[in-house]
Amino acid sequence: MSDAAQYSSSSELAVLRAADVWKSYDNGSIKVLNGVDFHAHAGRTVALCGPSGCGKSTLLHLLGGLDEPDRGSISLNGAPLRLSRSSLRLLRYQVGFVFQLHNLIPDLTLEENCLIPTVAAGTNRRQAHARLMQLTERTGLTHRLDQRIQKLSGGERQRTALCRALMNRPRILLADEPTGSLDEHTSGQVFELLLELVETEGITLVMATHDRALAEQCDRLVEMHDGRAYES
Amino acid sequence: MIFFKLIVTNLQRHRVRSLISIAGIAFSVAAMLTVVTILQGAVAMFSGILSSDSELIVFERNVSDLFFSNVPDEAVMRIGAWPTVQHANAVLFGIVSSSDHPIITCFGVTPSDARIHNATWLSGSRDDFAKDDSQVVLGERAAEFLNARSGSRVQIGHGSFNVLGIVRTANGFEDGGVFMPLGTAQTFFHKQGLSSVATVKLKNKENAAAFERAVQARYPNLIALEDKEFNQSYSQFKILTATAWAVGGCGLLLGGLGVANTMIMSVFTRIREIAILRVNGFSNKQIAGMIFGESALVSVAGAAAGLLIGWMAIFALKFVPALHGYVDAHVRLYVMLAVVGLACITGIAGALYPAFYAVRIRAVEALRFE
Repeated sequence: MSDAAQYSSSSELAVLRAADVWKSYDNGSIKVLNGVDFHAHAGRTVALCGPSGCGKSTLLHLLGGLDEPDRGSISLNGAPLRLSRSSLRLLRYQVGFVFQLHNLIPDLTLEENCLIPTVAAGTNRRQAHARLMQLTERTGLTHRLDQRIQKLSGGERQRTALCRALMNRPRILLADEPTGSLDEHTSGQVFELLLELVETEGITLVMATHDRALAEQCDRLVEMHDGRAYES
Repeated sequence: MIFFKLIVTNLQRHRVRSLISIAGIAFSVAAMLTVVTILQGAVAMFSGILSSDSELIVFERNVSDLFFSNVPDEAVMRIGAWPTVQHANAVLFGIVSSSDHPIITCFGVTPSDARIHNATWLSGSRDDFAKDDSQVVLGERAAEFLNARSGSRVQIGHGSFNVLGIVRTANGFEDGGVFMPLGTAQTFFHKQGLSSVATVKLKNKENAAAFERAVQARYPNLIALEDKEFNQSYSQFKILTATAWAVGGCGLLLGGLGVANTMIMSVFTRIREIAILRVNGFSNKQIAGMIFGESALVSVAGAAAGLLIGWMAIFALKFVPALHGYVDAHVRLYVMLAVVGLACITGIAGALYPAFYAVRIRAVEALRFE
């Protein structure tokens, strides 16, 4: 039995779990998630696949505490997720986000963008800088540290977003179409880098993607349609 | 450093808007500083008239204005003879108008009054003062606007007087006024045997409290106050000071509304950025701190510019001939601190709603915001 198969068959060791999660918008007129059950294991990669509007991003937002489910529960390391201020703050250090649009602040440099999570966490400046150097070396961005975001290519911007997401050494990385805005070649490069980083850092990756070829490189593939998740 | 850069960056992004906000605060601060300083200067000058070579002032109890106060000559004379008193001078204040000038302040004084003695006589002789009831002495500015010289005849109110001399004083009110012999002034203002106040100098300042009690016991209709006490309690000074702060406060309120508008716009234009910061762990306190920081920077920059503009305006007003002696260009430290403090409070108050709005931004919705 492969590792992926072994973990997919049991959710007992899940670090992240959604149980019977429902979510709708516009006072229930737009139903997005209809009783989703989902789990992800420590250090494993999971791809969420499905057509646009099937609820991939919504599930990621709920898993990362950016939004609340209408019904059902989300738990992190076995503890239910609470959206209180202190819980959310802790959650931000345990969970990193990468979005399709890089969501970097254009007026800041690459270095400053990457350091934002460490400012939020109040990390010691020297430690933050050491971590920055480590990540930018691995993503090949060291020579671009003082460049403003506007001067970076699409691939560089997404790699910067990846560095920023990993600055506080999160245990879970939630990636919403991280290569969706890149060309095929760059997309492949960024995805390879993403897999390499999560593997070396022992991070759990949950990635929403349209790209089945990329999804198949993950340990598990979860299909989403009609607001529900199915193991593939 | 990055936190500070996030604050500054937003101000730099919208330079014109930021400058307009800073200008709003600056002009409010300048207006407040100018109005308060000028009025305080005026109050200081007026109190300077009263305290000329004296420590205490005796006047009629419960009068709203010293112009309505009546102190009998006999009381002044007796008080002056008390063993603790070095001298007591009767002074009668009156206001008249001429064809060109709606207000001319007249001072009815005795020849021994410090105003006559300490002034610089530009023409005429102080020894001749009060020798002739029809002669008056003009302050330098009064001589200018009445177009008078020593020996000429001037129309003051319903009376016509010969100009004995022209004096220069450090006090704007006195410089723009007319000094009459006390008796002449009493006749002119129909206050025979009365003066407005008695200014008193004691042989020993320590006896001030005892002197005040003695006046109260001997003349229940009169009150004696030390100059400092008088300045703090005189209702006209209180009204002037309150008016100055109120006018300045209104200016600052307008400046504060400008800051509030700027900060609201600032939050609206950076909703997505705030969401990004939220997703990356920024707490409510940090988000609010960013908004308040931006507002505080605008306020501090505005206050600094306002202090400079205000000081320049006061300095320039000092050289306007018509205001000669009226403007005290010395800006008091507590006024500066109060004005800057008020500017900062106003700016921060202006950021309250924007900060409240900013911390309520939900990242998931804001990230969809373009």
